[in-house]
Amino acid sequence: MKANCWMAPNRVAVEEVPDPTVLNPRDAVVKVSSAAICGSDLHLLDGFIPAMKRGDVLGHEFMGEIVELGSGARDGLRVGDRVVVGFPIACGDCASCQRGLYSVCENSNPNAAIAETAMGHAPAGIFGYSHLLGGYAGGQAEYVRVPYADVGALKIEDDLPDEQVLFLSDVLPTGYMAAEMGDIKPGDVVAIWGAGPVGQFATVSAFLLGAEQVVVIDRFPYRLRIARDRAGADTINYEETDVLDTLREMTAGRGPDVCIDAVGMEGHHASAALHAYDRAKQAVKAETDRPHALREAILACRNGGTVSAIGAYGGFIDKFPMGSFMNRSLTLRSGQAHVQRYMRPLLERIRKGEIDPSFIITHTMRLDDTPHGYDIFKNKQDDCLKVVLKP
Amino acid sequence: MTRETTMGVRSVTDNLGIQRATKDQRSEGLARFLGWFSLGLGVTALAAGSRVARAAGVDDSRTARTVLRAAGVREIGHAGVLLVPRRAGLGTWTRVAGDVLDLVATGRAYRNRRGERRRRAGLTLAALGGITAVDLYASVRATRNRRGNPEGFAHGSVTVNRTREEVYRFWHDFENLPRFMYHLQSVITTGPRRSRWSAKAPAGRTVEWEAEIVDERPNELIRWRSVDGSRVPNSGTVRFTPAAGGNGTEVRVELEYAVPGRRVGSLVAKAFGENPQQQICDDLRRFKQVIETGEITRSDGTPDGTSIQTQAKQRPARPLAAHRTA
Repeated sequence: MKANCWMAPNRVAVEEVPDPTVLNPRDAVVKVSSAAICGSDLHLLDGFIPAMKRGDVLGHEFMGEIVELGSGARDGLRVGDRVVVGFPIACGDCASCQRGLYSVCENSNPNAAIAETAMGHAPAGIFGYSHLLGGYAGGQAEYVRVPYADVGALKIEDDLPDEQVLFLSDVLPTGYMAAEMGDIKPGDVVAIWGAGPVGQFATVSAFLLGAEQVVVIDRFPYRLRIARDRAGADTINYEETDVLDTLREMTAGRGPDVCIDAVGMEGHHASAALHAYDRAKQAVKAETDRPHALREAILACRNGGTVSAIGAYGGFIDKFPMGSFMNRSLTLRSGQAHVQRYMRPLLERIRKGEIDPSFIITHTMRLDDTPHGYDIFKNKQDDCLKVVLKP
Repeated sequence: MTRETTMGVRSVTDNLGIQRATKDQRSEGLARFLGWFSLGLGVTALAAGSRVARAAGVDDSRTARTVLRAAGVREIGHAGVLLVPRRAGLGTWTRVAGDVLDLVATGRAYRNRRGERRRRAGLTLAALGGITAVDLYASVRATRNRRGNPEGFAHGSVTVNRTREEVYRFWHDFENLPRFMYHLQSVITTGPRRSRWSAKAPAGRTVEWEAEIVDERPNELIRWRSVDGSRVPNSGTVRFTPAAGGNGTEVRVELEYAVPGRRVGSLVAKAFGENPQQQICDDLRRFKQVIETGEITRSDGTPDGTSIQTQAKQRPARPLAAHRTA
């Protein structure tokens, strides 16, 4: 079969690889009908996630049809079912899964020992996301093996098109969880750093949870335009306006009640000097991430407010504003999305027409064109916000 | 069958009465002290080189001062090696190597000096001799205890999301063990307290032994040992305790074994990836997977499942060719 493989930093290629098979009783093999390129795939592309190997199959946002099933699948899945698969691999049986914390499943990462060295304890395995997170082949391919399919694969029985349900696999639950972690109360003002797909869905979700105003911060006018026109946000272009001043003014001195970092490790800063400081430290591995958005979110948040960090971070950050964070009684919440917890309720909302996630799609292309898709998505060319791949 | 500490490793006893090896405080302290000492020497040699040269009786030659400055830089290197790691290890040996260099250099200086300088060089030589002795002691001590575990003892623990009854029952059926203990080929129950074990040994050999249960307290612990005359004498305990807050069961395994061929045998075994300490950790991870999920977690990069040994040399995360999985 054909699959999109990581070959080296900044190089992906569509290669011929063996077809996956059932290795374990609870596995399914899914024929992929749609897959997507996620913002966090760019961290792999750029070489910021350790433990990648030449030839690793990428992709953790995908859906398709079950073509093969192990003997032990528990949840009434059948060959022929149309399913969306959540990106964290979760067993459903460990204490974490039973608490609903699927992205920190205790059993799904066979390389837990490597992850423990880097992180203290190991999070769950993730499709196509380095050997640190399990060494699983991903879904930017014609077929993919889905371990613990009875937990990870959600059956879609409606005739909703792929474009409306595909993002249940990652960016929609991720954006929703970002808003939920903010503990938004009716009337709250929410600020969101990053107008990528997760920022867009966090905006939509914040409104669903009762926010009165959502302010989205980014530097690409086309992404801000989508946040304004499609998601209903106010916007700040941080290359044109000082973010802290503007937020203070918009809230008459209070600061936003909830601040969401939907940027993560490869953030940019309007000040060339500040950006260069973190970029240089990152280049010599003195810090692994560029936490501009996180720092700004903490400084901007109102006294006693909540900062929700959903942007992906890899390791150690520098200049964390602990004084501001502690002295002003802030709460910080974070996590990879516990996708399996949100898939069903969000599918319900899609079905009722409360959310139509397809508005973020700007490009649809064949699997063969994936390297081009990575290129325009990474370099923000051609007003690219989300690429959907059709194997 | 309580375990005595061997090899001088200190141990602490936790609230369950289980002894566990800790790092050797004295070695650690000595290594830290030598680290700071190196830093002091290095900085002094670089900042006040001429005075040090005079004190050592080598202030009459340009070469000697250059050698002294180089030694200062080297001392700072020793400090880094000794102060940065969390455990004293081979780092202390770098100081011994440095001492040998210093002794040779000062010995030459002593032979070529006369009068007051010769007397000072002599004193320096004596001081160096003393320091070398301390370094040698620290190095032997630090590397002897480096493994943190005495020879012939290994332990591991894991928390599983199952009741004590379930976990005890599963473990007590020894025929289940080869499902998650990869080095075991089979365990056959031969009597109410007896079983026959067969395991893979290094270099493709197989070892077999007969084991008997010497103590069992339902839902609490199982103790076993190989019967007399076994080629690989071993004994072990597995304990089951409720996790705090009723969150499952804590499983703790302790293993004692005689190493065939003693030291050399054990080194050979480690080279083949048969280190019992590592094996117990891998086994317990897989035990948790099997009892909680019913299967061993396999990914495309790690098709054999959890194993520290294979993690260093993983294949790319892409599907295996079908004939390899068959």
